[in-house]
Amino acid sequence: MEKFDIFKTLEGDKNDGDYKKKPVVIQGITGSFGSTHSRLMKAYGTNVAAGVTPGKGGQDFEGTPVYNTMAEAVKATGAQISGIFVPAPFFLKAAMDALDAGIKLLVAIPEHVPIRDSIKVVDYARSKGARMVGPNTAGVIIPEVMKIGIMPAQPFKAGRTAVFSRSGTLMYEVSFSLTNRGFGQRIGIGIGGDPVNGTNLIEAFELVRDRPDVDSVVVVGEIGGDAEEQLAQYIIDTSFAKPVVAYIAGRAAPKEKRMGHAGAIVYGNYGSAESKASNYAKAGVPVAKRPAEVPALLEQKMKK
Amino acid sequence: MRLLEYQGKELFDQYGIRIPRSQLANNIVEAREGAKKIGIPLVLKSQLTVGGRGKAGAILKVKSEDELEPKFADLIHKEVKGELPRGILLEEMTPIKQELYLSLFLNRGKRCYSLIASAEGGVEIETSDNKVVVDVPLDGLNPQVAEDTAQKLGLTGNAVVAFVDLAIKLSKMAGEKEAELAEINPVAILGDGSMLALDAKVIIDDNSMFRHPELKEYEHVSELEKQAEVSGFSLVELEGNIAILGNGAGLVMSTLDLVADAGGKAGAFLDFGGKATTETIYEALKVISQIKHIDAILVNLFGGIVKTSLVAQAILDAYGNNVISVPVFARISGAESEKSKEMLQGSRAKLYGTVDEAIVAAVAAVKK
Repeated sequence: MEKFDIFKTLEGDKNDGDYKKKPVVIQGITGSFGSTHSRLMKAYGTNVAAGVTPGKGGQDFEGTPVYNTMAEAVKATGAQISGIFVPAPFFLKAAMDALDAGIKLLVAIPEHVPIRDSIKVVDYARSKGARMVGPNTAGVIIPEVMKIGIMPAQPFKAGRTAVFSRSGTLMYEVSFSLTNRGFGQRIGIGIGGDPVNGTNLIEAFELVRDRPDVDSVVVVGEIGGDAEEQLAQYIIDTSFAKPVVAYIAGRAAPKEKRMGHAGAIVYGNYGSAESKASNYAKAGVPVAKRPAEVPALLEQKMKK
Repeated sequence: MRLLEYQGKELFDQYGIRIPRSQLANNIVEAREGAKKIGIPLVLKSQLTVGGRGKAGAILKVKSEDELEPKFADLIHKEVKGELPRGILLEEMTPIKQELYLSLFLNRGKRCYSLIASAEGGVEIETSDNKVVVDVPLDGLNPQVAEDTAQKLGLTGNAVVAFVDLAIKLSKMAGEKEAELAEINPVAILGDGSMLALDAKVIIDDNSMFRHPELKEYEHVSELEKQAEVSGFSLVELEGNIAILGNGAGLVMSTLDLVADAGGKAGAFLDFGGKATTETIYEALKVISQIKHIDAILVNLFGGIVKTSLVAQAILDAYGNNVISVPVFARISGAESEKSKEMLQGSRAKLYGTVDEAIVAAVAAVKK
């Protein structure tokens, strides 16, 4: 199977007539959440070509046609990208519908999706050569080109750093401090705050590993699970060459308490900030003590 | 949702996993009845969601009838790590030949269950060297894999059969109830090789609860948590005196770290989510006002598109309506910050340019 290329899916090739204007379908476009953010995505430059809300086919949302099913929306627009804005109990059906219609990139915004449903969708997407980002994510942004998600525009600026984050607001905060220090972003991916992610940290690193237009990676993590530990091992095993700087939220959080995100919980040493930091140290990845410290660490790392 | 031991054992029982004879008692009358049914000697086990019950003295043996009342009275009022028990489980004493460890936990990276078993039961599994770990698909454990695991544990004869049966039942339960963890520590092997679950630690995926009405009765939510949930907030009560509010779990966690670095102690974690409106902030302050041990409120809000004057208004309303009286220290990145500073002049709230300044001021204020 061909390697998944998120840039090609989101932006297309330079020769494409719709380069950087690839059609996107928004599932749940008529809901209050979906409509607010569809408006903001359009304003940012995203080509929101269609929306889907079962039972509302034939209507339009501020000039964007609405369909009953993903199959119809994909047939009409040729879209390969979908943004899911439906409430969690409807997520599984919406995602399966999108994959069956041939969607290649699913950006799953809803919080509170059962882990079982996420796993079903991730596995199904894999079997079809498709990819999910999220759920429980702020989305994906290519600054100054497009965004599929709920992030504000202001913190981001086009550039050469990739930002991967398990937290939404911290992605904004860290990107904003990078922007203010002259580090623009080539891409920002919200990994998501859930235990199971459609695109995990290692897979996100794979997406930028060979890209000449990405010169550094910032990874915003938090307590819970072992994604950071696995990533550190990946950086060592594959001699990942680009400078990497990390931040980990939740050092002071008590054990066995879920800190807002479903995935942010420490059991014993499993998922603890110390475990993550010590593994990063082995991989030569500096860990910022606070979000605002990230740009300075990146500057140092880039000089070496 | 972490189930109490007795709740986990009820699920075990439904799936045909053997458990000791037991009875839940909430008062001494129920305890006396339970003791009659089970017989003495028995064990009293405090029903708590926090770990380390044994070390904390929350599990007591009752060897004679006159020990029952004083020991029960001791346990029912005994707080462990800030938590009072929700009942005491009376349980028969079991003559044990050997103990095992068995659990299934949802492996995030591999997107399946991992079965962990060890021939040493009753120990911290993290520090155990002799453990067997195998991947188990969500739809259940293959009997051959279970048998291989039994052999690796050094089990023989009847114990192999009993282990295979137990592990298959546990994996069926975990899968059907959408558990993140189903742990039996220890499993008791009896003289005849049969097995008994002496403890139960079961954690259910909260987000799957909408399709598990049968588990609804196990839910235990305080009035405060209920109120927070209705408003769409994530709330975690902590032991310190500074309440931390913000828009995003990661941001609030990060603020908690910085407060700890500055020598302060967080008393509450509240993520009010994406909507930073006057109403939301006001509701959040209302929730916080009900936590008695809060001496200061720290607001950290990052949005880019947030009008800080909306937040300032919420704070003024909360003071005006006597919802809060403690000082508020706020860092809000957004528009109209000059106007907001003016609005808050003369109140007990102050806006700061950076989160560090707000934290330093909040920590200093609660130390006075």
